[in-house]
Order: sequence, then C-alpha cells, then structure tokens
Amino acid sequence: MAQAALVQAQGATLARTKAAAGPRVKTSAVIMTLYLVFLLLPIYWLLNMSLKDNSEILSSFSLWPQDLTFDNYRTILTDASWYMGYVNSMIYVVLNTVISVSVALPAAYAFSRYRFLGDKHLFFWLLTNRMAPPAVFALPFFQLYSSVGLFDTHIAVALAHCLFNVPLAVWILEGFMRGVPKEIDETAYIDGYSFPRFFVRIFMPLIASGIGVAAFFCFMFSWVELLLSRTLTSVDAKPIAATMTRTVSASGLDWGVLAAAGILTIVPGALVIWFVRNYIAKGFALGRV
Amino acid sequence: MARIHLSNLAHSYSANPTSEADYALKRLDLVWDDGSAYALLGPSGCGKTTLLNIISGLITPSEGKILFGEEDVTHLPTAARNIAQVFQFPVVYDTMTVRENLAFPLVNRGADRDYVRRRVEQIADMIGMSDVLDRPAKRLTADAKQKISLGRGMVREDVNAILFDEPLTVIDPHMKWELRTQLKALHREFGHTMIYVTHDQTEALTFADKVVVMYDGQVVQTGTPAELFERPAHTFVGYFIGSPGMNVLPARVEGTSAMVEGVEIPLGAAYPALSGKVEIGIRPEFVTLSKDGPGLPVRVERIEDVGRHRIVRLAFFGREINVVVPEGVSVSKDMNRVVLEPERIGVYVEDRLVEGQMMQGRAA
Amino acid sequence: MDKTVNQKAWFLVLPVLVLVAFSAVIPLMTVVNYSFQDTFGNNVFFWAGFEWYEEVLASERIRDALGRQILFSAIILAIEVPLGILIALCMPRKGVWVSVCLVLMALPLLIPWNVVGTIWQVFARVDIGLLGRTLSELGIDYNYTQDALDAWITIIVMDVWHWTSLVALLAYAGLVSIPSAYYQAAKIDQASRWKVFRYIELPKMQGVLLIAILLRFMDSFMIYTEPFVLTGGGPGNATTFLSIDLVKTAIGQFDLGPAAAFSLIYFLVILLISWVFYTVMVNLEKKEGV
Repeated sequence: MAQAALVQAQGATLARTKAAAGPRVKTSAVIMTLYLVFLLLPIYWLLNMSLKDNSEILSSFSLWPQDLTFDNYRTILTDASWYMGYVNSMIYVVLNTVISVSVALPAAYAFSRYRFLGDKHLFFWLLTNRMAPPAVFALPFFQLYSSVGLFDTHIAVALAHCLFNVPLAVWILEGFMRGVPKEIDETAYIDGYSFPRFFVRIFMPLIASGIGVAAFFCFMFSWVELLLSRTLTSVDAKPIAATMTRTVSASGLDWGVLAAAGILTIVPGALVIWFVRNYIAKGFALGRV
Repeated sequence: MARIHLSNLAHSYSANPTSEADYALKRLDLVWDDGSAYALLGPSGCGKTTLLNIISGLITPSEGKILFGEEDVTHLPTAARNIAQVFQFPVVYDTMTVRENLAFPLVNRGADRDYVRRRVEQIADMIGMSDVLDRPAKRLTADAKQKISLGRGMVREDVNAILFDEPLTVIDPHMKWELRTQLKALHREFGHTMIYVTHDQTEALTFADKVVVMYDGQVVQTGTPAELFERPAHTFVGYFIGSPGMNVLPARVEGTSAMVEGVEIPLGAAYPALSGKVEIGIRPEFVTLSKDGPGLPVRVERIEDVGRHRIVRLAFFGREINVVVPEGVSVSKDMNRVVLEPERIGVYVEDRLVEGQMMQGRAA
Repeated sequence: MDKTVNQKAWFLVLPVLVLVAFSAVIPLMTVVNYSFQDTFGNNVFFWAGFEWYEEVLASERIRDALGRQILFSAIILAIEVPLGILIALCMPRKGVWVSVCLVLMALPLLIPWNVVGTIWQVFARVDIGLLGRTLSELGIDYNYTQDALDAWITIIVMDVWHWTSLVALLAYAGLVSIPSAYYQAAKIDQASRWKVFRYIELPKMQGVLLIAILLRFMDSFMIYTEPFVLTGGGPGNATTFLSIDLVKTAIGQFDLGPAAAFSLIYFLVILLISWVFYTVMVNLEKKEGV
C-alpha cells in the first residue's frame, strides 16, 4: 500500500516535471526563432535595399521597397566589369577545390594508413599553415607570383588559397578514411587490384561523403576569402568581392548596386548549402572541420 | 516488486495506423511473473526492443495498458516505474568514477549520503567491482562498463524489474559466458524479475526460466526451453530454435495421415480436413534414416560431422530434410529412406500449430 | 588502428608537400629574409640583424593592436561558444525543420567576408540602416563611425552573427552522435535536465568543442576583411586589429622590414596560443581520464 502511494507521489512530481518540460520545448523553439531572425534580418535589409533605387534609399526609410525596381540587378548582369567578377571568382574557386581535394586525397590516405619517417611532425606542420594569417602572406605572395608571371591569373589565386585549403582537406579526409576498415584495402590487394585502381574504384566511393564535405569547405573558404584574391589580381582575374570594394571607393556610394551585388554573392553559397544540406551535420560529426 | 501485466497492448510508430502492417507491435496480452527470469527472443526488427521500451516507459503504447501489480502505470514516466535497464552498448557517465556512477540514481532521488555510501559499496561487492570503485569509468573494458550499468540498476532497492537489451553484443566471447553466469547467480540470490532481450538462442535458453519468442510484431510462443523445443507453437519457433531448425513440409492432412508429394505419412493424432496453408513439421532429432527400409524415399546430399552428432542433409523431391544422427549410429551415403516419428510431427495451418485429437487406440 | 610502417608513403604525400612548399615555405622564407634586412630602394638589401624585431616589439602602436586583438578574441570566444552550445541544444532533432535550420544557419558562413562587412555597414548605418535607425529612433545615441565603443559593439555583434553558427553546427553534430541509450539511461536514473547536459552532453561534445574553440580563436585572431570594410580600423585606431595594422604597414607604406618582422611575430603568437589551448584541453581530458 505504502509503496503504491509512494509510486503515486513520484508520479505526481514527475507529472509536474513533465508539465514543466512542455514549455521548455517551446522555449527552445522561441530561442531558435529569435536566432534565425537575427541571422536573416541583416540579409533581408540588404535584399530590401537592392530592390530600391538610390534616391529612395537615401530619401526615405521603409521596411520594404515602395517603388520596386530591378535596375540594380540589370546593371550588374549587363555590365561586364561586374559580372566578370562572378565568373572570375567561380573559376578560381572551382580550380582551388579541384586542386586541393585531388592532392589531399593521396596524402590523407598515407596519413591514415601508414607510419613513416616524420609523419606526425608533417601532419602538425600542415595544420600550422591553417593558422597562418593571410595578411602575413599577402606581400610575399604578391612578389612570388609576380616574379613567375602568374600575377592576375586565376591559377595564382587558386594556388594561394591552397595554403589554407589543402591542410583543411587533408585533415577532413584523414578523419573519414580512418573510419574505413583496413581489411577492405587488404582484400582488394588480394583480389589483384593495383593501388590506383583500388583507390579510384573502391576506396573513393566509400568516402564519397567525406570528399563532399572536404570539397564543400574548400569551396566555402575560397569563396569567402578577399585579402589574398584582391592582392593577387588587378583586372583579368579580379574577383567579385574586390570589384565591390573598389566600386565603393571609386564611384562614391551607389548603395543599390552594392546591395544587389552583395545579394548575388550570397546565391552560390546558398545553392551549395542546399545541395549538401543532408551531409552537413553528418560531415561535421564524422570528419572534422 | 510486482507482477507485470501487459494488457491488450499494441503499438504503432505512425500516428494513424491503418493496416496490420503499420504496427510494430501487434495486439498482445502477456503476464510476467514476479521474480522470474525471462528471455525475449526474436530476430532483429521483430519488435522486441519496442516491447522492452514500453515496459520501461520510454515509449507510451498506442493501445492497451501496463499494470505493475494492480496499478496502471501506462502513463507514468520511466523514473516513476522503478525499472532498471541495461542497454546494448554500455552506458556509463564518462566523467564520473565508478562510485559516482553507481551512486547517481540514488543521488538524483535525494537519498541520504551515508545510505548512498553503504548501498554503493554493497552493490560494488555484488558485481565484483569493489577494488575499482574510485577509478574513472571511462577507461574500463566493455564488460566492466556493462556491470556498472547493471549495478546502477540494482542500486535502488525498490526496483520492479531489470531489463536487458542484448547486453552482451559488445562483450568478448570468453567474457560472455562469465557475465551470464554472474547474472544467473545475482538472479538466484536477489530474485529480481529479469527480462533479457536477445536474438541468440543459446543466450536465451541458458539464461531464462521462460522464453518469449517474438516474430513480426507478435508473441508466437511463451514457454520453458524444453516446451519450445518439443512443441513449437509456430513454424518460426521451430525454425529459429534448434540447430538445424525444424523440417517443415507442405502437406495435405486428413484424419491420421498427411500426404506429402504423394507419399503418405502417418500422424500421431487425428485432424479434421484442414484448408489454407497446411504444413507438417518435425525436428531433425526425430527422423530416422535407413537403407531400403520403410518411409519416404530420399537421397543423401551431404553428411556434416559437428562433433557430438552428425547432420545429414537429404533431398526429398527437391526439398531439403535434415536429420540429426546421434553418436554410435552409422550413416552411409547410400541410405535412401527416412521414417518420421508420428508422435513428434506437428501440424501447422498458416504457420500455427493445430492440436489434433489424440487417438485412444489404433485399432478402434 | 595499427598502421604499417611504409616509407613509400612519402610519395603519396609528395604532391601536398610540393604545393605547400610553393605556397607557404617560399613566401615564408621571403618574409624571414626581409625581416633581417634593410633597403634604400633599388632592390639593394643589407643585413639589419634584429633591428626590425626590436622596433616592432617596442612599437606602442603594435602593442596596442595586440591588446585590442586579444581582447577581441576573448570577447568573441566568451560569447560565441556558450551561445553556439545553447543554439545547438535548441535545434530540432528530426523533421523538416532540421534541414531548414541547418541551411539558414549555414548561410552567413558562405557569404564573402567583405559582403559581411557591407551587410552590417548598411544595416547599422544611422541614416539608411534598420539597426542604426531603430536605435536612434529609440533615443539611443549610436554611431559606429564616430564612437569607439559603438564600433566595437557593432563588430562584435557582426562576428557573432557571422560565426556563431559554426560553433552551433559543430556542437549539434556532437549532440546528434550521442546514442539515444544515454538519454534513456538518464531518464531511468532520474537525472535532471542540467545533469543530462553536464554529465552526458558536455563530455560527448568535448572533442568538437575543442575544434570549435581553436577555429574561432585562430580566425578571430586573424580577422581582417569584415572590420576593414565596416570601420576601416576606425574611428581613430579603435578597431585596428593586428591584420589591419600589418596590411597598412606592408602594402600601404611598403615598409618591408618592419612588416616582415611583425608578420613572423604575429604568426608565432598565434601558433603559441593555439598550442597552449590545445595542450591545456588535451591535458584536461587526460586528467579527467586518469
């Protein structure tokens, strides 16, 4: 009897805890919503400005465009000095992603499977490059690439970005590769696969999501970087980011066009995220960043 | 401690189950006696973990009630049910010592400090971990961690039942036997109701007083290990328990005989004319093999020596029949007849055992 | 996993070595070289010894920048790490909302850094920005281009906006990898929400949080583009962080020697602090384990 009463009493307290747990779920939703609003509000404001003309921006203050216009976007998409910025950025970003991932793949395999002279030091040294401030490298890069005649080319920026992307890619891929049991390699060799054929046909499909995550981060860090890409280019390979900063200083403040250009730089990133959304959490969890 | 009664229980993970197939757990009514050791046996995905989680309160069933003794606990949360559970993968609190781990459930319930200390030492003694009490739990081996989970469950004196969810999955083979023996001993000594989920028949048959066999969301048979072996209530039980499993042959049954592939087989009981999917089942242990004797015509395909006995694989009109031949009985490749012991043949309609009428005497 | 000793593995690492040698070692050697030399132009260099290092270490301007930098990184870590964990805990675990939250949260991470500066520039301006306008309508005297404190607050809010999601995503990844058995055991043990966090979630997130802290420290310590676009280091020198100061010296004034010495010291400081962070956290983990 006493025990039943006790159980009931406990049940009552727990029922109360449960009632308290109800609003807690709501609290987390409220916090999440507030955070998302905080993230989106500045972006919305940029979008809002990109759809107004300059006189409206400066003369009136409104939460949405009173006089909707797409002129700012038209300016960017018809003027080569603007849209070539996007093309240039895309070229070196893709180049960098391809280079980084393809050199990182064999290296990550070596680190994940073999011990060799100086492996630990080498790995750590690679990672220190991720810690190097780009500002430190800006000037020497400028001189180095000028002296070998690569200044103002896409490949120069792509190579420069390898400084931080290659260590990152090696690190991420090594994490994924360690999760693949070694027996798979051994079985493949016994079955008569050569190393390159094994690597491409069997191993790479196994770590496909790791390659995806590594490529995603290479893309991301190359896309968002400005200091090096601006330093290493002048006209032919000038990235959109640099186009924006220079236009601000040169032609005064054309807020509308600036905002539209900004919105357009968000688009590629948003597309990439949308395609990899199911892998993001998984990638973060399995590999490293 | 109390008897656990699952009354008219069913569970579906979808919000609006429309058909039978939507139910992870089909309607069942089951009583677990106080102080018994049960094994819940079945293949992966048969609903045994769902059933376990319903008992422990981690899942609220969509239909039916759970009674602990006379009390309805269907909507009580886990903590109020006084259930202990040991999971498939060892769950210990990494940052705590063994002592803190064992004390955790008591501390959370606001127990007196002196009592906690005494009780923890008592439990550590029971599970044989007194000497590692102040070591961090993180560094221990998997079997030690499982013992801690068990200890955390038993540390509360008011525990109604201890549930085990395939607890030996990650344990080294040579430790499995030892842990199981220790569990048995603890059960004998303290008499907790224990429910042990597994898909391994050896584990189930050696641990439990009673085995509950589940298949496809249903409980297909509850019984002692001997009952499961001798009278499988479902073809699945026959197939799942025993090695090799029961021979099952499609048949036409009438009166006291079954027709299989045009051959008549005498049965130990009389049956009315049966319709639907009718099969007869017999354990390989109750089949005798001979050369040119009476019985069904077969061909020997393979003889496997598995130590204490031999398993003979036979072909019978394109179907396989297995025979277990005990030590000391000779077998040869040219044997070509088998006899099925009539009393040991079970008749199954739609996979379920049908009781026949025992005959008073063959002549009458 | 036991690895086999195989010196041929060097061949696999070779492409990375060549590439990194080209993009890191050669430039770094140039920097080291400059840091010990002086020039009067015409590409004529002569040995200057440790002169530039002494100058850099004695420079009040650089010391102030370093102080600002350390303060900035400390504030950033103190806000973003707890906030990121909180957000991760509040994230839904299943359903369509997971994808929505993930995509929206990752959005700021993929915006070019100068655009981040631009976004906040137009958002915080008193004349055309929603934030600046709202604050001044509320009677708060706010102007990030004039007032040092306002500039600091704006840059910090901007960085929180930009990077908290990274911490949150990492922490979330750590959270979802916790097997559900842990939560079930905690329920059975009647652990409170706080205890679940303290004894299950936090220990399991330790690894990813270490990465998050290291990344946030390094990147906040190297911050350049966003404050450069937003405030240009002003008002005065109030938001001139190390990178901004360095670029001003190196490319603005072309003072190669001091800039090179400054670069090396800067790099070493980051390496040192990262190493200390890493060792402390690894030791902490070990101590808990022993």
